[in-house]
Amino acid sequence: MSKPLVIAMPKGRIYEEAAGLMKQAGYHLSADAEESRKLILDFPEQNIQVMMAKPMDVVTYVEYGAADIGIAGKDVLLEQDRDVYEVLDLKISPCYVAVAGLPNQPLSRIAPKIATKYPKIASDYFRQQGEQIEIIPLNGSIELAPIIGLTDRIVDIVSTGRTLKENGLVEYEKITDITSRLIVNPVSYRLKGEEIDEMVNGLSKAVEVEQA
Amino acid sequence: MAKRLMFEKPLGMRDTLPFFYNQKSKAREQLKSSILSYGFSFMDTPFLEYHETVGKVSATKEQRLFKLLDQQGHTLVLRPDMTAPIARVAASQLKDAEYPLRLAYDGPVFRAQQAEGGKPAQFEQVGTELIGDHSSHGDAEVIALLVESLKRSGLTDFVITIGHIGYVKAFFKDLLGNDESTKELLLEHLYRKNYVGYREEVKAQTLTDDKKNALLALLDLRGGEEVFAKSKSLARNQVCMQAVNELKQLYKLLSNYGVESHVKFDFNLISHMNYYTGILFEGYAPNLGALLCNGGRYDTLLPSFKLNASATGFAIHLERLVEAINDEENGETRLGVIVDDDTHIKGVQKAKELRQQGYPVLLQHVDQIPDIQEFKNQLKEHIDFTAKGGQNDE
Repeated sequence: MSKPLVIAMPKGRIYEEAAGLMKQAGYHLSADAEESRKLILDFPEQNIQVMMAKPMDVVTYVEYGAADIGIAGKDVLLEQDRDVYEVLDLKISPCYVAVAGLPNQPLSRIAPKIATKYPKIASDYFRQQGEQIEIIPLNGSIELAPIIGLTDRIVDIVSTGRTLKENGLVEYEKITDITSRLIVNPVSYRLKGEEIDEMVNGLSKAVEVEQA
Repeated sequence: MAKRLMFEKPLGMRDTLPFFYNQKSKAREQLKSSILSYGFSFMDTPFLEYHETVGKVSATKEQRLFKLLDQQGHTLVLRPDMTAPIARVAASQLKDAEYPLRLAYDGPVFRAQQAEGGKPAQFEQVGTELIGDHSSHGDAEVIALLVESLKRSGLTDFVITIGHIGYVKAFFKDLLGNDESTKELLLEHLYRKNYVGYREEVKAQTLTDDKKNALLALLDLRGGEEVFAKSKSLARNQVCMQAVNELKQLYKLLSNYGVESHVKFDFNLISHMNYYTGILFEGYAPNLGALLCNGGRYDTLLPSFKLNASATGFAIHLERLVEAINDEENGETRLGVIVDDDTHIKGVQKAKELRQQGYPVLLQHVDQIPDIQEFKNQLKEHIDFTAKGGQNDE
């Protein structure tokens, strides 16, 4: 038997939704496997190996060829700008990246500061708007920054808007929509083309069914 | 910035230790002998070039060039590839040479790395340039030579994917007319292999469904020989047809060479935004996360050095090739001759004799060996002339 197809997947909700699509496409990656603490799950009957990774790291594994395929958020792809093939929009975990801040608060005219987990997306966006800003990188609870006066704005993922609301923040601009994407290592795309095409086609149909 | 520790090297720079050095030499020699057997001549160019000349026309992105200043204040670059320097030479010192010109090279190139490790900033390229042959025969010769060189170096499992930038451009021109910004955007998506973005962009256009479907169908134009028929039926103008015919002709010529089994086609392959002008290709091997080799036809590089000629060539990433071959055999070939003060002369004679027979010989005074057993273990065989060791076991 040929070497298994290695898929890097994030843990948690995205795994469940992706496993659901995979199931419709004919690949059974059991959901209870996700509860275990194992980092590598083998599905020999389907010749598939799943690697459990941090969402931010999936793209890295795929770029270096440690995994053939991965499921990654468009936010990570935009932020990291890596050399991978983005072949399919799985349309799961929809959310968007937005600029938010305290209501009625104009940007500082001296040195506007933005707190974010996504320094590249934020600086690209403001550069396009013709604004020069300073980035304050944070790792979580970004909403704190404007409340305590650390920055004027934040750039962060919004899914329902509840966190913003509960902390008294408002959304100023939407930067871009985000969904999870199927990504492929450039070499695997050529050398395991048939297996991968088959999976992409199956998933693509499953996505259409879900959307219909 | 943190103080550097004494053993640190600049980002992306690697040392080549003896074991890897030997494997590299072996692979390099095999590639070179294949290339020489096709009548190509090797040449070299300096590591440093002017930014204004070679730096500007090279296919490497500006931010990945290593730049420095000379004493007169000119900006210099460490050569990021070999194609541009060779074009410079072909257009100057070799401009009166007989055409077609078959040149080859082997040497390090430099591309700055921005992020983390795992990607070298200096690596060795072995490659060829065939200058002044405008035909498919030229493309076929270069690809056949590439396949043969890789095979001879010990690589068995690899794929060369061939595309044609002329097809894509003519296809877009026909469907999108003079909408340059959309064309540029779609090319950019293909270049970045962002098929999701490509599909979204196509769907967002105000075009007839027929045209949209044609644009989407471009993504499926890949595979073996069978893809020609599909691409012909999608081709909407003469330029597209011509590109398909060129690829068909190329396939036929590659079959003459007997290398067609290693070749696949992909009509949406774009290796570089605006460098190649016709047929282009990329090579891949298992267990490598990244490209093994690439190349193609470029018609605008030589004119930028005021030489009106078309050229085609390939470059192999030597370190990656060695990694892909993964030659485990670490044949220790060295013999050892151990001597002391009294037997030194005997040892020198014996070593000379063995060296003449072609063996690499290590002549070592016994007093300088910390652990005699360890010393002997690292060698293929040894002769101990010292009194303690007794003279023997050859």
